[in-house]
Amino acid sequence: MARWSYPRPSSSEITPRGVWLSRRSLLAGATLGMAVGAGPRAFAAALHTRPGPFQAAEKPTPLEDVTHYNNFYEFGLDKTDPSTRSGQFRPRPWTVSVEGLVARPRVWDIDALIAALPLEERLYRMRCVEAWSMVIPWDGFPLASLLALAEPLGSARYVAFESVVRPAEMPGQTGGLDSLAWPYVEGLRLDEAMNPLTLLAVGLYGETLPNQNGAPLRLVVPWKYGFKGIKSITRIRLVEKMPPTTWNQMNPAEYGFFANVNPEVDHPRWSQASERVIGAGGFFGGGRKKTLMFNGYGAQVAGLYGTMNLRSFY
Amino acid sequence: MPRLTGAGRTRTLLPWRGETMVLMAVGLLPAALYFWYGAHDRLGPDPVNVFERWLGLWAVRFLLAALLVTPLRVVSGISLLRYRRTLGLLAFWYALMHVSVYVALDQQGNLAVLWHDITRRPFLMLGFAAFMLLLPLALTSNNWSIRRLGRRWGRLHRLVYGVAVLVAVHFLLAFKTYNATSVSYAAALMAMVVWRAVSVARARMGRAGP
Repeated sequence: MARWSYPRPSSSEITPRGVWLSRRSLLAGATLGMAVGAGPRAFAAALHTRPGPFQAAEKPTPLEDVTHYNNFYEFGLDKTDPSTRSGQFRPRPWTVSVEGLVARPRVWDIDALIAALPLEERLYRMRCVEAWSMVIPWDGFPLASLLALAEPLGSARYVAFESVVRPAEMPGQTGGLDSLAWPYVEGLRLDEAMNPLTLLAVGLYGETLPNQNGAPLRLVVPWKYGFKGIKSITRIRLVEKMPPTTWNQMNPAEYGFFANVNPEVDHPRWSQASERVIGAGGFFGGGRKKTLMFNGYGAQVAGLYGTMNLRSFY
Repeated sequence: MPRLTGAGRTRTLLPWRGETMVLMAVGLLPAALYFWYGAHDRLGPDPVNVFERWLGLWAVRFLLAALLVTPLRVVSGISLLRYRRTLGLLAFWYALMHVSVYVALDQQGNLAVLWHDITRRPFLMLGFAAFMLLLPLALTSNNWSIRRLGRRWGRLHRLVYGVAVLVAVHFLLAFKTYNATSVSYAAALMAMVVWRAVSVARARMGRAGP
């Protein structure tokens, strides 16, 4: 397994100073707001995190873009819906259960989980199936660390994830024509789940996840298209058979179970050979680049697929 | 077949002949506004995509407006025939800008990618076919062509219903899910096509009757 690491600035240096400072004051206000039972949005709290392996050479996408250009259909279809319509969502208190084919099932409180597993910062490329990309400094722990605590049984082959259903707090879940089937579900093969790259993120840019980015706990699988990164996870279940996944059920011809980033296998409606770089700035920022096989993580994950036909198993 | 030259029966909104030019200028404002926003990095993190979709949406809106002129006259007696050519031309200008942004800004003029896309993807084939069909309509949207083509002009311009069908499907495919926006515009376009088919069928039956 190839690992690399090199000195890089901390999040506080990457984030524009003004944004950083305003978040500090927001945080101060939040504490006050929560004390009087107001301010449901204000959950941003600093995390104790240290730089982990798997850094990227690219410049991180500005925090403003990471938090205002989101696909999170639970809050609506538009990229701006998650940031504007997630104010009522309460990511705490929160529990996530690890269950199924494990020796030690457990229902974790989110803060107990954060306290139990050391947090790492990882700068990952993120490639959306819609052919755009970002570079995001996540804070979290390897999914493998959590699974190890649960001790998967020999019969476990897949990991199934389930997201939250709260129509009262998530306006996109109130049904209608454009609605997906809730809860949003995702899955990984057990060896994919155990790969050191696979991360459960609880924060980004050094603070707890904003609601629109999947608070309080989300999956990040950087060699797969973004929709594999299920948000606001409530259940992690080890199973024997390949679990159903939301977008695959919605349109099996366009979205596969594996969904590995692959510039050679196009989406039926658009090419996956290149991607628009989010936050490149204006029309003439030149924000398009070639997409890399496995999103550039081939050295870490190509071995998982051996001779598998990645055209059939897209 | 309603004639563009039937303007004599039309009540005008402004008392002078330059009103269609005003309509054209006003109609181009959404494009101008978003171009200015985009050039100044005010269209958000993914500006090219936003601009491309905005132009496509307005092309659909003007196409629908042009197609609504005749049903509106039949149903309500309000005739906007005088403005139909301008509405149709606006649909064409927006389609042209939509295609140009896709070619020049989105794909950055990469001909290999463009060729690959347009020959392989039904979504893009439909959109491109709709644009190609609009081209002869735009080129003949002038008095000289109407005089010159005579009855053939009317037949040629029935192609707009083919454009409507292609655009409706292209528009539906432009979204990851069926949603209120895509379904309502596609349904409205298809309603125009059905309305036209029914009126033609009725007219034929009327002629064939005793």
